[in-house]
Amino acid sequence: MWRCSRLIEVEDLHFTYPNGVEALKGISLSISDGEFVAIMGQNGAGKTTLVKHFNGLLKPTKGRVLIDGVDTRHVSVATLSRKVGLVFQNPDHQLFSETVEDEVSFALKNFGFDEGAINERVEKVLNLLDLIQYRKVSPFMLSGGERKRVALASVLAWDPKILILDEPTIGQDSYQKERLRQFIVQLNQQGKTVIIVTHDIEFVVECEPRIILMKDGKVIADGDAREVLTDLKLVSEASLILPEITQIFVRLNDFGFPRNVISVYEAKQLILERLFWRR
Amino acid sequence: MAVIETSNLTYTYPFAEKPAFKDVNLKIERGEFVLLTGPSGCGKTTLCRCFNGLIPHFYGGNLEGEIVVAGLKPTEHPIYEMARHVGLVFQNPENQLFALTVEKDVAFGLENIGLPRDEIRRRVDWALKVTGIYDLKDRAPFELSGGQQQRVAIASVLAMQPEIIVLDEPTSFLDPLSAKSILEIIHRLNRDLEITVILVEHRLDLAARYADRVIIMDRGQIILDGEPRRVFLDERARLIGVGIPKVVRLYLMLMGDGIDLGRVPLSPEEISESIVEVLTSDRS
Amino acid sequence: MSMFDGLRFRNVSSPIHRIDPRAKFIYVCALFVAAVLFNQLIPLLILLLIQIPLVVMAKVVREWLRLIRGASFFAAIIFIMNVISLYFYGGYPSLASIIEHALAMTVRFIVLVESFSIFFLTTSPDMFGLSLEQIGVPYEFCFAFTTAIRFVPVLAEEAQTIIDAQRSRGLELEGGNIMRRIRNYIPILIPLIVNAIRRSLELAEAMESRAWGASKKRTNLYVLKMGSRDYCLIIVSILMVAASVYVWLFIKIPSITQILWP
Ligand SMILES: Nc1ncnc2c1ncn2[C@@H]1O[C@H](COP(=O)(O)OP(=O)(O)OP(=O)(O)O)[C@@H](O)[C@H]1O
Ligand SMILES: Nc1ncnc2c1ncn2[C@@H]1O[C@H](COP(=O)(O)OP(=O)(O)OP(=O)(O)O)[C@@H](O)[C@H]1O
Ligand SMILES: [Mg+2]
Ligand SMILES: [Mg+2]
Repeated sequence: MWRCSRLIEVEDLHFTYPNGVEALKGISLSISDGEFVAIMGQNGAGKTTLVKHFNGLLKPTKGRVLIDGVDTRHVSVATLSRKVGLVFQNPDHQLFSETVEDEVSFALKNFGFDEGAINERVEKVLNLLDLIQYRKVSPFMLSGGERKRVALASVLAWDPKILILDEPTIGQDSYQKERLRQFIVQLNQQGKTVIIVTHDIEFVVECEPRIILMKDGKVIADGDAREVLTDLKLVSEASLILPEITQIFVRLNDFGFPRNVISVYEAKQLILERLFWRR
Repeated sequence: MAVIETSNLTYTYPFAEKPAFKDVNLKIERGEFVLLTGPSGCGKTTLCRCFNGLIPHFYGGNLEGEIVVAGLKPTEHPIYEMARHVGLVFQNPENQLFALTVEKDVAFGLENIGLPRDEIRRRVDWALKVTGIYDLKDRAPFELSGGQQQRVAIASVLAMQPEIIVLDEPTSFLDPLSAKSILEIIHRLNRDLEITVILVEHRLDLAARYADRVIIMDRGQIILDGEPRRVFLDERARLIGVGIPKVVRLYLMLMGDGIDLGRVPLSPEEISESIVEVLTSDRS
Repeated sequence: MSMFDGLRFRNVSSPIHRIDPRAKFIYVCALFVAAVLFNQLIPLLILLLIQIPLVVMAKVVREWLRLIRGASFFAAIIFIMNVISLYFYGGYPSLASIIEHALAMTVRFIVLVESFSIFFLTTSPDMFGLSLEQIGVPYEFCFAFTTAIRFVPVLAEEAQTIIDAQRSRGLELEGGNIMRRIRNYIPILIPLIVNAIRRSLELAEAMESRAWGASKKRTNLYVLKMGSRDYCLIIVSILMVAASVYVWLFIKIPSITQILWP
């Protein structure tokens, strides 16, 4: 059924903030069930504004947004949030409970889960994110990286069909980033639709999701990571830079190497092949 | 001459059970560009706070050992005196700009010191030009993009004409192109004005090429310290999960397959040159 | 929201913007005195009308109209309250004179709102802080004032983000009894307070790092200097007060009702 495949459908979406800032200027796109998407683009491009439309926090000034076939204007944020879990950039904007456990069960209570189910889910998600030892600890005592994981846990707990992460890698060290990447990829392989909003090009390169590039409230490119992120013109327009590996291959282009290489492993393979072929 | 020197420096925050860092011995020469990195929570920010005396004067706690910065002991001199020698730039641009025009923000420190007005004017204009934001001088900082705001923050410490600038993750909120231009400005300050730079970063891919020296901390201790090309090769750097640039990873992988590219690369330019060299020499 | 926009500084350049804030402040005070002195409709209307050219000159007509629209609700209440109280206690000869008096009170309110609005719309908080400083208010106080103004919009945006974050986790703010509603705000208030504290610590740290408190004699990059135009405005203000006092003491002002139905 078409409904299942087109999970998010955005049609000519315009949005203007009450102060007159026109943050989105005609966006059309659709995201299918089980996709992995990265929304990228410069500061102020409208990425956060766009994803706030997916769970109904913002309603279109013009155009419409359909989630699973339902127009977001006709349902409450709470109803939409059951399907669309949005994790905000800064965990400190949502943490308020006395213990990590309470923090994670907050949403479950709001959504009316019964006590048994709440306990079960809290336990499961805290194990999944390696937070179980902090169960009874105040979230304010944790480090930045850990607070970010608590915020993620508190959304994952109700198992939304679509998971949206706004700037998940800011301030994280590379070990935490690698763990986060594995975790996201795993969720996606289990069938969850995952959308990340980020500037972190090296992080994205390792996930190879579908890329949506935004600039000044418009989508300027939409396609494969390998295709979009190796296009110098698009990438600089979105205030990004080429991935490190691509920068190497752009220079090796004169020697007959392809330009659109983004992964280290592929790079190694190509160079080895060339050398051994020579020999 | 060392511009920063510490010996057995150990610090514990008030009410903390264990020290944030322990027995740090560090010697930084005038004019060096030092990249300081390490896993989250290893004590990088805490160490930076010691350089201008925020620790111990602002944070309290217990500081042991010796520290000398620009010939002064931060423990014995008030922060405002250290501020003339050491400029700190923080991660979040929003919380370090307070005035309602860019120009006024850049003048803030100089006004505090009580310099004559025309001297302030001269230095403010100079700092705005060096950081490339002279055209923005009458705008309100909060109307600017993150990258522009971070330039204002840099200009405002630069105006104090410090010998040392310490930047704590100055690019983490910025998009890559803005981040790159900030790093280029920092590089220029170091190269042209010979200001000592200490840059804290998690993302090494953009910053590594500018550094004379990389210091890696882990759990409150310095575990590696040296020339970037040497430090990145060290097994320990990878084991504690420092974000080694991809060009170095590629270099190491090729090395594993028996291909020696010579010098360790710090940028895509360098590695592609080495690859080209290997390819062409192979041919002959 | 829209009403407060009428008090928020707009950075355009105009002759009114360039006037020294101290002179402008004296003018506002003079207007205030004059408006309080009179309770007849005619002089109050004159005070209202003479400000319109100023608004036009300052290029803030749109914001100013928005403010008047925002204030009209309060103006209506003042009008109705006056009519009712005068009707029962006033001993006024006719309904027309009651209405005239109530109208006068309403116009007085608008004149007061309007004069402050012109002041705040055309004076940057920086300049205002600076003029406070130059009339001898301690610098710490002036700094606190401008910083507060600088961070109000930031905090408002932060509050919105927090509300959004909690609504995304199923928090519903409407509905339920009073106790329930108060409870609903806890998940918003706690992060708001925690973040405000964290932010102020970061600000303090940044201030300290930039030599806050280094010297007793702080220099200021800008100095305000009164020009001839500013002195003119001050003289006009003084004359206005003097004239008002004179009229108030010696001239019997007719009411419109008397003119129409003698
Ligand atoms: N609450 C708000 N009120 C008014 N304008 C806003 C608000 N939030 C964002 N804007 C404006 O809308 C535009 C888009 O902002 P948005 O936060 O969606 O950008 P973004 O792409 O997420 O940027 P960043 O990478 O900095 O997070 C910007 O010009 C911003 O100033
Ligand atoms: N103000 C403070 N009071 C008490 N403890 C603190 C304070 N700031 C940091 N700490 C603790 O000191 C240790 C070192 O923290 P620090 O912020 O220096 O790490 P960092 O290397 O800068 O990490 P990150 O990369 O996440 O910024 C951590 O265990 C942290 O919890
Ligand atoms: Mg955003
Ligand atoms: Mg830090």
